[in-house]
Amino acid sequence: MTTGEVLKTLLTIAWLLPLAGFAIEIFAGYWQKNRFSMAAAKMSVICIGMSFIFSLLALIQWGLATDWTALAATEHHGDHAAAVHHEEAGNHAKAHEPHGKEEHANTDHHEKTAHHDKDEHEEKHAVVPSTFSGRFYTLADFGKLKLSLDYYIDSLTLIMFTMVTLIATCIHIFAMGYMSDELTNDYVDHQAHKSDGSHVHRPGRYYQFFAFLSLFCFSMLGLVLAGNIFQVFVFWELVGICSYLLIGFYTERKTANVAANKAFIMNRVGDFGFLIGLMVIWTWFGTFSFTTSELNGHDIPGIFEMVRGNDGAISLTEDGNSMIFRDGEGHALKNEDGSNRTIPYTLLVVAGLGVFGGCIGKSAQFPLQTWLPDAMEGPTPVSALVHSATMVAAGVYLTGRFYPVFTPEVLLTIAYIGCITLFVAATIAVVATDIKRVLAYSTISQLGYMMLAIGISGWVAGLFHLITHAFFKSLMFLCSGSVIHGCHHEQEMPKMGGLLKKMPVTALTMLVGVIAISGLAIPFTIFGMKFAFSGYHSKDAIVATGLAYMRLNPSHIFLFFVPLVTAGITAFYMFRLWFYTFLGRPRDQEMHDHVHESPRIMTVPLLVLALFAAGCAIGGESGFLYKMLIHSEPAGVAEGVEAFAPAMLTLPSHHHIHAVHSEAGIYALIAAVTGMIIAYILYATPLVDPGEIKRQFSGLHHFLVEKWHFDTLYDAMFVKPMHIVASWCSAIDKKLFDSILHGFCAVAVKIARFDRQFDEKIVDGLVETLGDVTFSVGRSLKVLQTGKLRQYIMFIAASVVVLFILAFVLFPSI
Amino acid sequence: MEGISLNSFLFVGAILFVSGIVCMATKRNLIGILMGVELVLNGANVNLVAFSRYSSIGIDAKFIALFVIVLAAAEAAVALAIALSFYNNHQTIDVDQADELQG
Repeated sequence: MTTGEVLKTLLTIAWLLPLAGFAIEIFAGYWQKNRFSMAAAKMSVICIGMSFIFSLLALIQWGLATDWTALAATEHHGDHAAAVHHEEAGNHAKAHEPHGKEEHANTDHHEKTAHHDKDEHEEKHAVVPSTFSGRFYTLADFGKLKLSLDYYIDSLTLIMFTMVTLIATCIHIFAMGYMSDELTNDYVDHQAHKSDGSHVHRPGRYYQFFAFLSLFCFSMLGLVLAGNIFQVFVFWELVGICSYLLIGFYTERKTANVAANKAFIMNRVGDFGFLIGLMVIWTWFGTFSFTTSELNGHDIPGIFEMVRGNDGAISLTEDGNSMIFRDGEGHALKNEDGSNRTIPYTLLVVAGLGVFGGCIGKSAQFPLQTWLPDAMEGPTPVSALVHSATMVAAGVYLTGRFYPVFTPEVLLTIAYIGCITLFVAATIAVVATDIKRVLAYSTISQLGYMMLAIGISGWVAGLFHLITHAFFKSLMFLCSGSVIHGCHHEQEMPKMGGLLKKMPVTALTMLVGVIAISGLAIPFTIFGMKFAFSGYHSKDAIVATGLAYMRLNPSHIFLFFVPLVTAGITAFYMFRLWFYTFLGRPRDQEMHDHVHESPRIMTVPLLVLALFAAGCAIGGESGFLYKMLIHSEPAGVAEGVEAFAPAMLTLPSHHHIHAVHSEAGIYALIAAVTGMIIAYILYATPLVDPGEIKRQFSGLHHFLVEKWHFDTLYDAMFVKPMHIVASWCSAIDKKLFDSILHGFCAVAVKIARFDRQFDEKIVDGLVETLGDVTFSVGRSLKVLQTGKLRQYIMFIAASVVVLFILAFVLFPSI
Repeated sequence: MEGISLNSFLFVGAILFVSGIVCMATKRNLIGILMGVELVLNGANVNLVAFSRYSSIGIDAKFIALFVIVLAAAEAAVALAIALSFYNNHQTIDVDQADELQG
């Protein structure tokens, strides 16, 4: 088998295993007589664990097939004409190495290598991304429209697979302990009340929870493996429905239902944009495939090649109003009449914005961010999964995957959306008191960072942060789950405090996550590799990209300062959370006395995730993860773009970013340390009373507690008008349609009454008269039947005599 | 035989017939009624045979008479069975007791 087939097989198994698990588990309630069995959970853990092993095998296989060239390549710079100084000439030779080897790795006919064969004499030497793509199955074929299940495997896919399955495995194991309350035939839901005020009793739904988790993983893996945008959309919706099912898992609680609905409807708003994007893509591109696919023996260029050609640049017509489609070799595609195939530039922007609209909904970006904090209604393992590896990661993943189609204007929109989101969410997180809500807002904020990074051409930085964030956020969510479990479902931080001694494992693993997300660790060298907690490297990369972008586009100053300031705020609220929860004296002594450390089944996943949260980005830009990701970077990102018409935006090249990296790192570190120190002073020492500050700025505090009034605003803008329109509709229904219907009904009743009269009087009368006549005739005739035999004989004799007499009288002639 | 006219035969047949009718109409005993029936049938038979001798009907009437004799035998068998059954049910063969079918 060729490398592509091996990878395809491994990843397909890894993808389908959770589906198999789901199919079996969903019926567990039927084949398990009672609800005390953990079989479904074990099944689910085995499936996702095997998925992880297969993903890891695929990753290793990919690495072996490419001789780990992704790791061998050092930091590479494009030859951006204006700014790049070729100082690192020694890199040229190294960078050429993968060039040849990857051709070797992609000899299979169907594995189209997105291989940009640059002219040798040019000094371009970006690492060639090696991609394996192909078709599983053609679902439908409508003339030129082909709906198919494709796969698209590059290092990003592999990293995502490994990350998702690893985190999901940890979460599954954690959930086995966390959800053990459900192992009963009579689960009492203390937060759901019946109409008489008593608690809801219901059978435990342990198996169902794990079935949904498995389906969730299957959907996410399918989304990552998908090779065309339509397939992405299908799995996108599957992820949506799974999150709906899991957020609304406690379906007896009204709040959970509302939150699930909100998440689903908010996502529909974004998906509407996605659909518009799909329509534009289908109408103008004529294909959904990411990369070149084969149709009736011809190679059809995929979306990425059509937009970006071979060199990663967008090729505009002379008037700048249209974009020329190109194929993978960079030749313009021709219409039948020989003219260039083009797409109006505005429509290309619409396609990009539309698809990004879906990502806004899925990744909870401004202005659709309000569903994510409400999604905390689900069980904590679900929150961990939604917030790290699956749901919200899907949006960022797609933004990264679809990067080639985004024009600089769309990228600018993405950057600003991310910028607004990261600031808004961080400020709300500062005042939130529910431990899970703080984490939820921090997730939104970090997702904003990722979007911002992708928007300012920090493609690797954004996806790097996606992976590192997935680890430390899932860790922190599981820690919060452990705290909530230990505190008997208490989520309010003001009631906690001093938990460090009671729950040392949880507290220390949480501290790892907090340091990681704050980007705080001071890098030191270990075994020749730069070592710092993962968040430091990824946030550093984003801030550096922001700084480079600001230097090149001085008007977009916010895109650097907002994330920088927010890095400080992030450190502040994360340490606030930690100090609030684990340090100080217990604020609720009675609860504190009952707190216990979680069982081992819950702490072991915490330790594993803490290990990854601390070390997954080991080495920073020369580390494994970063290099794997940069290997999948779309062509043209590394070189940057200069003053692209019509918006005259300049995107920084890797060289620009590298030049300011250490400078930006220092800024980011200062911001983070400042945030931490403020948090320490406020919450871990008695020097300043945070309550006093709250009173001083009560207006601001209220504004933040009310989440910038977004919910109020949406309530006033959409929900209330909707209610008014609905009441109109109901009034029209009641007054107009109902009265028409009632009129019809009244006429029908009248007709029925008349019909009844007719039936009763005429039809019944006729029948009864007939019966009466028959009866009276029978009654009068019955007198003849005397029952006397001799009388009958007399009748016969008399009749015979009469007959004779009649015969003689009437026929005398005979 | 030459001196006896058709009317004599018809007269005998009529006497038999009327005797049978009177027997049936007056007897209360079921066996007696059966005997009356036999008389009526035989009166008819006498007429049939006489007509076959003196009219143009010919041999056909003789055969009809033969059938009547056979039918009478069958009828007698059935009627006697009814009589037995009737006796079993009513401990009598008085036909005036058989009035279950009166209206």
